[in-house]
Amino acid sequence: MRVAGKGQIDQSTPISFSFDGIQYRGFAGDTVASALLANDIRLMARSFKYHRPRGVLTAGSEEPNALMTVGRDGATDPNVRATVQEIYEGLELRSQNAWPSLEYDVMAVNDLASPFLGAGFYYKTFMWPRAFWERVYEPIIRRAAGLGALSGKKQSDKYERAYAHCDVLVIGAGPTGLMAALRAANSGADVILADEDSVMGGRLNSESFEVDGQAGADWAAGIVAQLREMNNVRLMTRTTVAGVYDQGTFGALERVNHHTSVRDGKAPLETFWRIVAKQSILAAGAIERPIAFQNNDRPGIMTAGAVRSYLNRWGVAPGKAITVFANNDDAHRTAMDMQAAGVHVAAVIDSRSNVQALGDYTLIKGAHVCGTTGRKGLETITVRSSAGTQSISTDCLAMSGGWNPTVHLTCHMNGRPMWREDIASFVPKEGTIPNMTVAGACNGDFSTHACLGAGLEAAAKAVTALGKTPVEIDMPQAEDTAYKMEPLWAVPGKGRAWVDFQNDVSVKDVKQAAFENFRSVEHMKRYTTQGMATDQGKNSNVTALALLADATGRGIPETGTTTFRPPYSPIAMAAFGAGAEGKGFAPERKTTSHVATIEDGAPMMEAGLWYRPSYFPIKGEKTWRQSCDREVGYVRNAVGVCDVSTLGKIDIQGPDAAELLDFVYTNMFSSLKVGRVRYGLMLREDGYVMDDGTTARLSETHFVMTTTTAAAGAVMRYLEFVTQVLRPELDVRLMSVTEQWAQFAVAGPQSRELLNGLLDQTLDNETWPFMACGDVSISGVQGRLFRISFSGEHAYEIAVPARYGDSLFRTLTAKATEMGGGPYGVEALNVLRIEKGFITHAEIHGRVTAFDIGMGRMISAKKDCIGKTMAARDGMLDEDRERLMGFKPVGAVKQLTAGAHLYNEGDEATAEFDKGYLTSVAFSPTLGHFMALGFVRGGPERLGDRLRMVDHMRQIETIVEVCDPVVFDPKGERTRG
Amino acid sequence: MRLPCPICGERDIREFYYQGADVALNRPAPDAGDDAWQDYVYLRDNQPGEHRDLWQHESGCGSWIVVSRNTVTHEVSGAKLAKEIKRTKA
Repeated sequence: MRVAGKGQIDQSTPISFSFDGIQYRGFAGDTVASALLANDIRLMARSFKYHRPRGVLTAGSEEPNALMTVGRDGATDPNVRATVQEIYEGLELRSQNAWPSLEYDVMAVNDLASPFLGAGFYYKTFMWPRAFWERVYEPIIRRAAGLGALSGKKQSDKYERAYAHCDVLVIGAGPTGLMAALRAANSGADVILADEDSVMGGRLNSESFEVDGQAGADWAAGIVAQLREMNNVRLMTRTTVAGVYDQGTFGALERVNHHTSVRDGKAPLETFWRIVAKQSILAAGAIERPIAFQNNDRPGIMTAGAVRSYLNRWGVAPGKAITVFANNDDAHRTAMDMQAAGVHVAAVIDSRSNVQALGDYTLIKGAHVCGTTGRKGLETITVRSSAGTQSISTDCLAMSGGWNPTVHLTCHMNGRPMWREDIASFVPKEGTIPNMTVAGACNGDFSTHACLGAGLEAAAKAVTALGKTPVEIDMPQAEDTAYKMEPLWAVPGKGRAWVDFQNDVSVKDVKQAAFENFRSVEHMKRYTTQGMATDQGKNSNVTALALLADATGRGIPETGTTTFRPPYSPIAMAAFGAGAEGKGFAPERKTTSHVATIEDGAPMMEAGLWYRPSYFPIKGEKTWRQSCDREVGYVRNAVGVCDVSTLGKIDIQGPDAAELLDFVYTNMFSSLKVGRVRYGLMLREDGYVMDDGTTARLSETHFVMTTTTAAAGAVMRYLEFVTQVLRPELDVRLMSVTEQWAQFAVAGPQSRELLNGLLDQTLDNETWPFMACGDVSISGVQGRLFRISFSGEHAYEIAVPARYGDSLFRTLTAKATEMGGGPYGVEALNVLRIEKGFITHAEIHGRVTAFDIGMGRMISAKKDCIGKTMAARDGMLDEDRERLMGFKPVGAVKQLTAGAHLYNEGDEATAEFDKGYLTSVAFSPTLGHFMALGFVRGGPERLGDRLRMVDHMRQIETIVEVCDPVVFDPKGERTRG
Repeated sequence: MRLPCPICGERDIREFYYQGADVALNRPAPDAGDDAWQDYVYLRDNQPGEHRDLWQHESGCGSWIVVSRNTVTHEVSGAKLAKEIKRTKA
């Protein structure tokens, strides 16, 4: 019910929204919780396990009960806290975890069965039969118990990530945070002030306190206005600093657009921030804790501070006859504020005997609330005192067991909080987060005066650490009431007294855990599920461990807390993963021939992040094999063109360039003549093959290395490692030029003829023999030509600056087509190299040595190189190792498959008898049958032997004959012609 | 986590590639023997506390650096260019 003249919201702007299909009206500034309470709606949710009717417990992000679902389809947002969600015109909310409706939830039958469903029930009951767990029990339990559900559809809302840097990050904009930000900013620091609420001011917006003679909320608004004027201050509302990480890094979630209906794709729904701060000030405040007593979970029972929030901030009285149950003076103010607003206060029940009423209300001292009635909303409470038991009619009970400082962020780097007996709660230990100052209520200082002062002091400390001088700021006048309380965790008695509302954990459950020897707080948590799910025990942790301490006969400090981990409050995976889905996760790298290739209708395949054409289909071809076979024919019989720009290219220059290459390659490069190319093999330091490729010498001091597509990045990093860490004395510089050069293979018997019709010079075998390289000019464009071959044919690779790539590719393919050839894709490239026994990373997969691939003699005896020593170890040169060979089918089945394993004929096809495996397989149109490369124990010793090939996965079996890896033109005459 | 690159200043960890212990700086001579090579290639201490390890500022200046950090407190106490450490040793 709305109270006339109260609250800070704009009561001239009505807003309509719906909950479970019913329309309600609220005002701009309302949360869903305040608006529903204003409409006298108390039942907002069903509990997790027992489906008990629940209302709102709090007025903040710690809310355990009032969780709802907003939106539909891809924009579904489950478990939205009604206390956080602001209303907007057209907002639609649905209740969760209830069927068929919130009012009549059949699953509430669980509540009747509760004597059998206590802590550990599932563990004990659903142990056997084991196979039933996954198929029967778990699906049933999951359906019955739970929070809101995701839509299962693709996320349609936009999420973003962002980065910010500052001198001082102030977390929380209550009285402490505002003063801290004001002083730090005025002292010249760059300040970010972040608060999870939509309005800054913290508790000042919820209390009737005055600061400097103004209403607290007005004073706060004044300070915020001052800060907004300053260029060195960034105010971040609706932003929860949720995690603290090393070296002053903070994770924060900004709810950018949850409070509007605008979904135009411009602003994101949420932004995940990484904020780096030289200094931080934690002013996170405190959270009020409930008291456990029988049936303390009825809609209408909420924390005393929340009741004041609804009244003072939103102008809502959550009931017509308010009662208060507390163990401290602070909660009495709820009665005072209510009375001042003209709301009837039925009684204040205080567990302490020695306490005075602060105003004109009925105070029942030394008393407990020991029971309640009202199935879907509170109707009466039962009060027990030395005078006996009485029933009081009330529709809203404001309870307070005291305040818990919000220590969470101080524990994110392994810190543990300290117990403070006088306030019966935990406070942060100093120095648990480097460069963080903790101040105000989260440090156990609860009066407004103390908070304002602590903020000023914290700012002085942070500013001084930055080497600046803190300016003086006048201390505002504010209340400095002592915080008086006596601990009361649970009211003794029968029945279920709820500790953790979100997980339906009662006092009895905690005791049961202790009784069954789950005495460690971490064990109790997992046994009872206390402290889990979206509120992470913000309302229940301290109470639960106080009860556990009592049940185990230990003190609270000895019992300790569970570990506080990020995030402080829930963050959607969509926010964490913002920017990293789809192309953000795997960006596309495209070659200069990409457009022309797509125009040609070639299907693309991924090679790392690169896209390369699989094949270039022409009219009439029905399968990829037809296209591939034709393209192989181009290269073997005419001329083919293929984009090979994706191979890594590293420019290496300097007087010691040759010496570097001698060190990283197994073979000699210092002996390579200028204008020549050499194949090189690289090992890792453990003696296994790392990568291979060709390197061209353009001048005495200038080389261009090529790497495989897959290893381009790794080899570049590795060369930097060698030149900076192992051999810094070498005078050499490296630069990756992979993207600067477009490079095309022109391969086939007519390759020279094609190039001679294109280059500004004439090639012949004398001046351009196999493995020659040098500068060439193509229609005036300076390029490079390498006479190298990955197909076994007379072939060249021609490179031009990338901006000419598209044009050159189109020219080359047009000319090749005229000559009876054309472009070829990666499939044909693969067939061509398998026919020639050329290896790729399918063969050099990280577990093979130079010896294994028949290149043992490439390790030069004349010099040291990376991996040389370890490659000479015992066992690395064993004849019986799995060594590279070729394989052809000789059995009834003519198909070979990569990944199939090899066995001796007559042996069982089991790991015990494994003799090797196939790595690369292709149908050779040149030879008319399948061909494979692979590894077999003994290698060349098995030449001509027949082996069983078994592909267990594809269920293919045949007989293969071991042959030389090079099956086509073994003498290499075509290459040199 | 943030690392102080001697060239670029303090940067976020995502700009760096992690290699491992700075043992790599002390590559043994080819004839140093099996034990020395075994140590160099495979064996690493795994003690809590002060560590010196190699990182490359891969998305920045490309420098390989040796970072001193504490694996218990997560404090980063400094970073030097690997080539300068190596040159001083030589």
